[in-house]
Amino acid sequence: MTSLRSLAFAGAAAASYLLAGTGAQAQSKTITLCWAAWDPANALVELSKDFTAKTGTQMKFEFVPWPNFADRMLNELNAKGRLCDLMIGDSQWVGGSAENGHYVKLNDFFAKEGIKMSDFSPATVEGYSTWPKGTQNYWALPAMGDAVGWTYRKDWFARPDLQAAFKAKHGRDLAPPKTQTELKQIAEFFQNREIDGKKVYGASIYTERGSEGITMGVTNALYPFGFQYQDPKKPYAMDGFVNSPDAVAGLEFYKSLYKCCTPPGASNGYMQEGLDAFKSGQVAMQMNFFAFFPGLYKDPNVGGDKIGFFVNPSEKTSGSQLGGQGISVVSYSQNRNEALAYIKWFADPEIQKRWWALGGYSCHKAVLDDPNFAKTAPFAADFLTAMGQVRDFWQEPAYAQLLQATQRRVHDYVVADQGTAKQALDLLIQDWTKVFKEDGKL
Amino acid sequence: MNQMPSFDSISTRAAAATPVRIAARVRGLSDTAIAWLFITPTMLLLLAINLFPLIWTIQLSFTNYRANRPNAPVRNVGLEHYQTILTDPDIWARMQATAHFVFWTILLQTVIGFALAYLIDRKFRGHGFWTTLILIPMMLSPAVVGNFWTFLYQPQIGLFNYLVSFVSGVEPASFQMLGDVSLSPWAIIIVDTWMWTPYVMLICLAGLRSIPDYIYEAAEVDRASNWRQFVSITLPMCLPFIMLAVLFRGIENFKMFDLVNLLTAGGPGSTTELASITLKRAAFEAWRTGYSSAFAVIMFVMIFGLANIYVKALNQVKAR
Amino acid sequence: MSANAHSVVEPSAGAKLAASVLVILYACVALIPLLWIGLTSIKSPPDSIAYPPKVVPFVHFTPTAEGFCNLFTTRSRQTPDYIAGLPPSTGGCDEVARSRNMVVVGASNYVPRFVNSLIIAFGSTALSIVLGTAAAYAFSRFRVPLKDDLMFFILSTRMMPPIAVAIPVFLMYRELGLSDTRLGMILLYTSVNVSLAVWLLKGFIDEIPREYEEAAMIDGYTRLQAFWKVVLPQATTGIVATAIFCLIFAWNEYAFAVLLTSGAAQTAPPFIPIIIGEGGQDWPAVAAGTALFLLPILVFTVLLRKHLLRGITFGAVRK
Repeated sequence: MTSLRSLAFAGAAAASYLLAGTGAQAQSKTITLCWAAWDPANALVELSKDFTAKTGTQMKFEFVPWPNFADRMLNELNAKGRLCDLMIGDSQWVGGSAENGHYVKLNDFFAKEGIKMSDFSPATVEGYSTWPKGTQNYWALPAMGDAVGWTYRKDWFARPDLQAAFKAKHGRDLAPPKTQTELKQIAEFFQNREIDGKKVYGASIYTERGSEGITMGVTNALYPFGFQYQDPKKPYAMDGFVNSPDAVAGLEFYKSLYKCCTPPGASNGYMQEGLDAFKSGQVAMQMNFFAFFPGLYKDPNVGGDKIGFFVNPSEKTSGSQLGGQGISVVSYSQNRNEALAYIKWFADPEIQKRWWALGGYSCHKAVLDDPNFAKTAPFAADFLTAMGQVRDFWQEPAYAQLLQATQRRVHDYVVADQGTAKQALDLLIQDWTKVFKEDGKL
Repeated sequence: MNQMPSFDSISTRAAAATPVRIAARVRGLSDTAIAWLFITPTMLLLLAINLFPLIWTIQLSFTNYRANRPNAPVRNVGLEHYQTILTDPDIWARMQATAHFVFWTILLQTVIGFALAYLIDRKFRGHGFWTTLILIPMMLSPAVVGNFWTFLYQPQIGLFNYLVSFVSGVEPASFQMLGDVSLSPWAIIIVDTWMWTPYVMLICLAGLRSIPDYIYEAAEVDRASNWRQFVSITLPMCLPFIMLAVLFRGIENFKMFDLVNLLTAGGPGSTTELASITLKRAAFEAWRTGYSSAFAVIMFVMIFGLANIYVKALNQVKAR
Repeated sequence: MSANAHSVVEPSAGAKLAASVLVILYACVALIPLLWIGLTSIKSPPDSIAYPPKVVPFVHFTPTAEGFCNLFTTRSRQTPDYIAGLPPSTGGCDEVARSRNMVVVGASNYVPRFVNSLIIAFGSTALSIVLGTAAAYAFSRFRVPLKDDLMFFILSTRMMPPIAVAIPVFLMYRELGLSDTRLGMILLYTSVNVSLAVWLLKGFIDEIPREYEEAAMIDGYTRLQAFWKVVLPQATTGIVATAIFCLIFAWNEYAFAVLLTSGAAQTAPPFIPIIIGEGGQDWPAVAAGTALFLLPILVFTVLLRKHLLRGITFGAVRK
C-alpha cells in the first residue's frame, strides 16, 4: 500500500512537471519562430545563430510543410495559441490577422527604432506588410520575397541532337520559352522522350488539391492569358473578367499542359513533388517558387551547370504569382520584447545581405538595388523581373473561403475532367459572389 | 476469472451470516454515497467535454458565428444553415461519396472477414499465430499507416503499382490509384479494407465458436450436406455477430476522416471528399463555425438515427 | 462420430491444409505494407524510390541508418567548398549528411512529438482507468437510477464525428487557455476513452462474484476497503486489458491532434506525415518514424490478443 501510494505521488509530481512543459525552464529566454518547412527556413536557422550570439536569446523553430502550413498556423492564431512568438505568415493572411488582432501593429516600433519601410522594395511592403492595402499600417516586416518561376535542364536543352530535332520541328532553337505557347511546345517535345536510357517528361506543374497548390499554379497561366480578378473600375464585379474568353483560354491551356506534358501520377503535386520530379531527372522543366532555386543550384545531381532558370513566360500580357512572407510578432506571445528585438536585428542591412547570401530572398533595397545584385546568382536577374510583374490572389480576410472555391473548381476541371473551362469559371464566380455577399462586400 | 480459494470458504460462511447490507451500512459511507462518488467524476467529465460542447454546437448552428472573427457581431439566422445544407447538391454528392465508401468497405470486409474466420475455424496447426499476425493492421494508427500508403500508391515507384503490374502485366505507370477519378474511390476502399477486415474477422470468429458442436452433430445424423449445414446453421447463428461488426464498422466509416484525409484529402477534384472532410474544411479552413455546426448536428443525427434503427433490427435477429 | 470423415467438429486433413494455405497467403499479402515500412526505413533515399523496387537487403541495396539520421536531425544544403571549410565532422549522422553535401543544423522535432505522445497517451489512460473503474464498479454493484440511460449516454458519446466534437472544444479550449496543451489533450482523450473503459470494466467486474466482497464486509471491511482489497485485485487482468485499449486509442488518434495542437502538445501521428527532407518527401525518414511509432503497438497486440475481441466490441462479445 505505502509503496503504491508513494509511487502515485511520484507519478503526480512527474506528471505536473511534464505537463508544465518546456515553459518552466526559462532562465535564458527562448523564443519560437514559426514558418513553413522549406529550404529558406533552414537558411534562417543558420542566420539566427548570430542573433543568439548577440542577444543571448535562444531560438526555437516550428516549421510546417506548405500543404499544412496555412491550416495549422491559422488554426494556432485563431486558437490564441502561444506556440509562436514570431510568425512568418503568408501574404494572404495579413488582412485577417490584422483585423482579428493576431499580429502586433508595428508602426510605433518602427518609428522608435528608426526602421523605415522606404528601405524595402515597395512591392513587398505592399504585398506582405500593409492592411488595409494602400495605407501605412504595418503588421509585418518584409522577410522573404518570392514569386513562381521555372527551372529547366540546361544540359538537356544544350544537347546537339535534341537541338537539331527541335529546330526541325519548330523552326527555332531549343531555348527557354518566351511565351506560354512555346513552353507547351517544349514540354510536348520532351514528353516521353528517352534521355540516357530513361523516359522523361515535359514539365512539373502544381496540381495539389488540399491546400493552395493548384491555385498557385493555374494563376501563372491565367495572368498571362489576361485573367483579372475583378473589374478594375468596379471592385468585386467579376462577371466578364474572371470568366472572360481570355481567362477561359488560360484555364484550358493549363489543363492541356497538365494532360499532355506532366509525369504520370502528378495529380496532386505541389512544391515538394515538383522538386522530387526535377531532382530525380524526370522532367525537363519545373514550375516552382524562387525560394527553392538556391538549393536546386547547389544540388549535386541536377544543379550547377545542369540547371537554368526563367521567368514565368508571357502570352497576351505578363504576370507571375506572388509568393513570399513578412515576419510578424504574434500578439498572444509572452515574449514580445525579445520577438521585437529579433525583428530589429533582422532589419539590419548587414544581416539582410547575409540572408541573401545564405539562400533567403531579402526585400531590402540595400540588397536588391546593389548594382551587382543581378550577378550574385544565376537566378537573381530573373527574380527582379518576376517581382516586377507579380500579382497576388485575393488578400481579403475571407481569402481562405475564396481559395477553397478556387481549389475545388480548378481541380474539378483540370484533373477530374468535369465540365468545361467556362463552366468552371462561371461556378467560381458564383462561389466567390456567395462569399463576398456573406461578408457584406456585395 | 480465476478462483480464489481463501474467499470461497468465507463466502460459504457468509451465506449463513448476518444480513450483508446492514453490516455494510454501519461503517463508512453508504452504498448510495459511494455510487454517486464513483460515478460523478466520469459524468462531470463527459458533461464538460461531450454534452456541453454538443449543446453549444446546436446553439451555434443557428447563428452565423465565425471562430476566426471573434469580434464580429453574431446574428441569429434560424434554420438557414440547415436549409442551405439539406438543399445543397454538393453536400448530397459528398453524402453519396460517403455512402459509396461505407457500403463497399462493409461489404468487402464482411465477405473477406467472414471467409477468413471460417478458414481459421478449421483449426489447422498454427492458426493462433497466423490470426495474431492478421490482426496487426487494425491496431495501427490509420493516419500514420495511411500516409505510408500514399508511397505504396505512387504510380512510378510505388510497390502497389509494381505488384499489380507484376501480376497483370499492365504498365505500372499507366494507372494512378490516387489521382484517377474512377480509381481513387477504390484506392481508399482498398486501404480501409486492408486495415479493418481483421476486425470483422475477429468478431465472426467469435460467432463461429459460439455455435455448439451438438447442433452440427445432429445435422450430421440427418445427413445434411456441408453446404446445407453452412446455410441453415452456420450463417444464421453467426448473423448477430456479423451484424454487430457491420454496426461498428458502419459508424466508424461514416465518421471516416484520418485515413482518407491523408490518402487523398478528398481529391482528385472532390471524388473522395467524404462528409467528415467537408466538415473539416468548413469548420477549420473556411471557419464558418455556425454553418459547420449545423452540418455536424445533421451528421450526428444521421449516425445516431441509423444506428438506432439498426440496433432494433439487430435485436430482432437476436431474438429469433 | 468417426463414421463421417468430414465431420464439422473436426475438419478433414485436406480441409485443414486448404484453409491454412489460404489464411497464410492472406496474412503474407496483408503484411507486405508493414514489411515495406521496415525495409524502407533502412534504405538510402535514392534506393527507396528506385524502380523496380529493391527488396532484399545486402543483395539489392546496402542497409543504412540515413533514414533514422534524417528523422532525428534537420539539415541544410551547402556547397562542397563551404563544407570543406568546416571543422571535421563528429561522425555518425554528421558524416552521413556531409556525404550528401549537407550539414546538420539541429535536432528535429520527432523526439519532442514522441514524448508528447507518451505523456498524453499514458496520462489519459491512467485517468480513464481511475474514472472508469470507479464508475464501472458503481454501475455493476449498485442500483443507480437511470442506469441504462446513463450507460447509453456514455456509449453515445462515441458516435459523434471527431471533427464535430472538435468545433466546440476548440472554442472552449481557446477561452480556457487549453489549446495546444498536454493537459487539454489528456482531458479530451480521457473523455473519449472513459466510455470504453466503463463499458469494458463493467463487464469484467460483473464477472467477479459479489459474494467475495460481501464476505469481506462480514469480516469487517468497509465497502471501500472491500473494493480496494478484494475487487481491484480480482479485476487486474481486465484493468490491464482495458488500459492497453485506451493506450492504443490515444496513441493512434489523429483528428483531434491535428486540429487542436500545433506544437507544444502535438503528438506523433499528425507530425509523421509532414516529415520532409530537403526537397521532396523523405521516405526513409518517414518510414523510420513510422516504424518506431508502430513498434509499441505490435508488442501490445501480442500481449492483448486474448482480450482483443472484447475491447473492439465494447464488451458486447466476450467469448
